[in-house]
Amino acid sequence: MADNSWQPTCDARALKARALLYAAIRDFFAARDVMEVSTPVLAAHGVTDPHIPCIAVPGHGHLQSSPEYHMKRLLAAGSGPIYQISHAFRDGETGQRHNPEFTLLEWYRPGFSLQALIDETVALLTQQLVQPPARMPVQQHRFRDLFRTVTGLDPLRASLAELYQASDDILPADLDRAALVDYLMATRVEAALPANTLTVISHYPGWAAALARTSQDADGETVAERFEIYSGVMELANGYHELTDATEQAQRFQTDQTRRSALGLPGMTGDPRLLGALTAGLPDCAGVALGLDRLLMCQLGANSIRDVLAFPGDIA
Amino acid sequence: MASYSTNEFKSGLKVMLDGDPCAIVENEFVKPGKGQAFNRVRLRNLRSGKIWERTFKSGESLEGADVMDVEMQYLYTDGEFWHFMNPESFEQLPADESAVRDAIQWLKEEDVCTITLYNGAPLAVSPPNFVELEIVETDPGLKGDTAGTGGKPAKLSTGATVRVPLFVQTGEIIKVDTRTGEYVNRVKG
Repeated sequence: MADNSWQPTCDARALKARALLYAAIRDFFAARDVMEVSTPVLAAHGVTDPHIPCIAVPGHGHLQSSPEYHMKRLLAAGSGPIYQISHAFRDGETGQRHNPEFTLLEWYRPGFSLQALIDETVALLTQQLVQPPARMPVQQHRFRDLFRTVTGLDPLRASLAELYQASDDILPADLDRAALVDYLMATRVEAALPANTLTVISHYPGWAAALARTSQDADGETVAERFEIYSGVMELANGYHELTDATEQAQRFQTDQTRRSALGLPGMTGDPRLLGALTAGLPDCAGVALGLDRLLMCQLGANSIRDVLAFPGDIA
Repeated sequence: MASYSTNEFKSGLKVMLDGDPCAIVENEFVKPGKGQAFNRVRLRNLRSGKIWERTFKSGESLEGADVMDVEMQYLYTDGEFWHFMNPESFEQLPADESAVRDAIQWLKEEDVCTITLYNGAPLAVSPPNFVELEIVETDPGLKGDTAGTGGKPAKLSTGATVRVPLFVQTGEIIKVDTRTGEYVNRVKG
């Protein structure tokens, strides 16, 4: 049998849709005076987050899992609002919606509140998902409320045993609260999201802050100033009111190191140049990353990311 | 034996789970927006044939299982073991009842079966997809019947019972699909 693995896995329609999407994104931001930038995908440091496995390139450093650090260095240098369409890399992420190399649209808005950035992201998604242009139903929930509605459990207060019982699956016995909540989120809450609707989830638990600011909610709980947007059950965008405090950032790097060593992961030094930028002064800003391959999947009704990528990881 | 990480789990990979050799059937990557990634894995327990579903944290690993499939010819049974021979090396191996399981009803001498070896010993026996067997007992057919109208049970030389068309008679050889247990056609003697 002839080896046809040289051929793209997506059809011409998907290639064309991607070209149109990139052009529309550039128009969208040109009209809003947001500048396109280009930052390295190969750099000395990766991220410290234990759940984002970076791909190391011996002798060079790491392929970037998002353009976040470099874009923040530009913001600290006074770039003003910026966006980028870039390739990002995460080791071992292969599945219906994952490929180790994928495409992100990431943008930063100095002076924006989290809600202002949510509104802008919804505007871009609506424009891309609804033809002819019309409104798409949008619902917004706090993480804790949505989790409780779907599972009947409070993600912050339920016992570990209750969280384990909320899944029919046979799970590893050593999961902590964050991992159990993540699993139920990915398998039960996401599955319950309504079709043909944009669902915005905000006020994530403090442990899920990553590079977002945290604050106290009305119940006195620490919440992350972070949002995610789903189209139907497909997670598309993740945004933060960005952490600008260099001392807090250095502490989070340190916390990640401790978690990494507890999990037996290789050490990863926190990027000192990101800390340098934060120390010099990152303007108050909100930023969001949007998965363009998944957005194309939604546009085309594709079931697999392979249907929108020319050459997925196994044949790249 | 090497060990395999969840991102190496591919359909057909043989791994050890809870002390039993298993074959990966399906591996689904599950990850919320941020946070812990998981793999939901379906495995076939090669000892029992049952399907297991397990969730692993991404990056966890399982030890590989020393399992291989070989083609061997069925020789005979002594009632306790079913004896198979490698047609090239003439090496013989006995398989016990737990290994032959459902294959028993299809085993005809000299037929070539697939034997799954675990640490060199037969773990499971798969009969050929199609076997030709003699009918030893079936009710006499009704006149004027044509294929495909309900049929009747027929007992075969190996002990299996399959449904056959009414016109098929005792003493005839028929071809059977062992995967479904269904009659395919008559074979001219």
